[in-house]
Amino acid sequence: MNLPFRLQSFRHGVHPDDHKQGTEHLVVEHMPFVGRYVLPLGQGGKPAKPTVTRGQRVRRGERIATADGFVSTSLHAPVDGTIVDLGRHRHPNGDLVDCIEIEADAFSLQTIVPHATVDPDTLDVDNFVAHVQQGGIVGLGGAAFPAHVKYKTPAEKPVRHFVLNGCECEPFLTCDHRTMVERPAEVLRGARIIAKKLGATDIHIGVEHNKPDAIAALRAQVLPGEAIHVTPLEVKYPQGAEKMLIKALFGQEVPAGKLPLDVGCVVNNVGTMVAIADWFDRGIPLIERVVTVSGPGVRRPANVRVPLGTPVRDLLAHCAGTVPETREFVMGGPMMGSSLASIDVPVLKGTSGVLAFTAAETARGNEFGCLKCGRCLDACANFLNPSVLARLSRHGEFDALEANFVMDCMECGACSFTCPSNIPIVQLIRVAKSAIRDQKRKEKKP
Amino acid sequence: MHDVLMAGAIMAGLGILLGAVLAFAYRFLRVPEDPRAQRVESMLPSSNCGGCGEPGCRAFAEALVKGLRQPSGCTVASKERVAEIANFLGVDAGSLDRKVARLHCGGGRAQAVQIAAYEGFESCRAAHVTGGGGKGCSWGCLGLADCELACGFAAITMNGNGLPVVDVDKCTACGDCVVACPRDLFELLPLRQPLLVQCRVPLAGAAARALCTAACDACGRCVQDAPDGLLRMVDNLPRFDYARGVDPGPSPTFRCPTGAIQYVPQQQFAAAEVRP
Repeated sequence: MNLPFRLQSFRHGVHPDDHKQGTEHLVVEHMPFVGRYVLPLGQGGKPAKPTVTRGQRVRRGERIATADGFVSTSLHAPVDGTIVDLGRHRHPNGDLVDCIEIEADAFSLQTIVPHATVDPDTLDVDNFVAHVQQGGIVGLGGAAFPAHVKYKTPAEKPVRHFVLNGCECEPFLTCDHRTMVERPAEVLRGARIIAKKLGATDIHIGVEHNKPDAIAALRAQVLPGEAIHVTPLEVKYPQGAEKMLIKALFGQEVPAGKLPLDVGCVVNNVGTMVAIADWFDRGIPLIERVVTVSGPGVRRPANVRVPLGTPVRDLLAHCAGTVPETREFVMGGPMMGSSLASIDVPVLKGTSGVLAFTAAETARGNEFGCLKCGRCLDACANFLNPSVLARLSRHGEFDALEANFVMDCMECGACSFTCPSNIPIVQLIRVAKSAIRDQKRKEKKP
Repeated sequence: MHDVLMAGAIMAGLGILLGAVLAFAYRFLRVPEDPRAQRVESMLPSSNCGGCGEPGCRAFAEALVKGLRQPSGCTVASKERVAEIANFLGVDAGSLDRKVARLHCGGGRAQAVQIAAYEGFESCRAAHVTGGGGKGCSWGCLGLADCELACGFAAITMNGNGLPVVDVDKCTACGDCVVACPRDLFELLPLRQPLLVQCRVPLAGAAARALCTAACDACGRCVQDAPDGLLRMVDNLPRFDYARGVDPGPSPTFRCPTGAIQYVPQQQFAAAEVRP
């Protein structure tokens, strides 16, 4: 129910402090080029296959790895330089994975060599999808799911609404906010391309109402009579989860285990639209992205346009480094992002933020028993029972966990955030989900 | 009065009818059960660990009585108990190639490079899904005791070096630790062939040594030293062919520069380091 005096939203959720004031008014700056770039082959979907060899010279924007299968995207060189290594390097998730390492050419002017521009209207759907895949474009919201996969829609599921996600409900992050303020024309250009190709009747852009400048900038770009709706939404976490966004905009629930497409929606992040517009109109593949560098540990918080593969250490150095009290680095937002074991890891296509925290923010309070207060139930946007899931996870009751729909949990962390007993609920749920997936994999193998 | 009689008659009629059905079922649908299965089950340890490969002790007892399995298939029962069951059934106890859980990692706190301090929820799996914990090696033991917790026979204790010590006498090879380890480091291997590769790092040379002083750097000396091609290099790790049932002796370990390949007839790591 959306009363006229209330902004649209979903039910449940939490209200963390947004901590965006440090960076929300800062114009996106460009990251200067550094010496070395490391590009993991797997950045959303199946790892790509390298098309370069050691010692080969590459130009900025040149393809260096090609998609391997449908749910996979190409990779492009972020700088002019030389391929120095095809080997294992540390991924932000801690694993040592196959990467392409490029040494930047210090004397190059670093001008992008654009690919041929393509008029999307001349492509049929299959060629359009293939072209997006060639551009290496993934969802820039954080999950880095290959963008083209969403555009290949089966005929029996028509798309009614193309939804743009400009919520940015994660605290600290302001990269999407700045993108909407500074490049609203490209956001809408990308949206119009995709909506037309999908055959969507209208475009809805959901923006939390703490970004009035973004809402105004986007509205200013909408042509009179155009079916594009910019909707201010309540500031609430996890408003930016695509199922919650659909619920907020249309009042419609996406059933468990189903996709937005099953209710006639395709959801994309606003940053992804800029990448789409750049790729089609200017021939620039996804070789850089906007990253918010923030948190109490960062000396000079900033929104930075960073070439992919830039080491986090160099990015932090660009932001005047970190204070000595820094205890933890997080990639992504503080709610769903993950801690970094090392800052010698590259910025990925899905890196929306790099945050540094001191002991004051990262201290874990003493854990107490569950009070049965029910706050986690009121926080869970998927209407699960986090307290029961956490208890079952501790006891390794995997069958009961599945019966309680643990696999529907999106790990947003609202339950842990709200728990007065400091129970690591979402961590326990992630452990359970990982164990269940492992068990299924092992059962299949023999 | 009439109603009461009617109700009584219906109940009596139902009773006779259902009784007849039961009598019929007892006579013609009975599954003959070997009475020995009950006895054998009572002789088994009732731990229902599944180490024998059957779904539980009852299923194993039935398989024994039918002659499908041999009493030594039970990995939990003592030798005397196995002999007792064999004697009762009048069958050969069979010989068991006893297996125990072995860890494919020798990189404890003293050997593996730590790149960060993990302060999150204390569980290997939690660390594994959170930036891979603090260890530089993304294949090695995380040392947060998920296996110790999973072991129903108290055969696993973490030592001071952060590695699980498997008590080979208590281990019944039930496989619970194999399932619990998020990095798949445990394997059930025959105790009779105690040649172990205590590493899972698929890197070679300096890249491997940079992670851990006990890492296998794929130098290949063990493969040269092993008799009769028992060891092969696969993905930068020596792989020992246990299926051939040959004990190669400790010779392949003699020239190993890092101690990644070990010959351990007993438990893997020093018990002296067992946590107080």
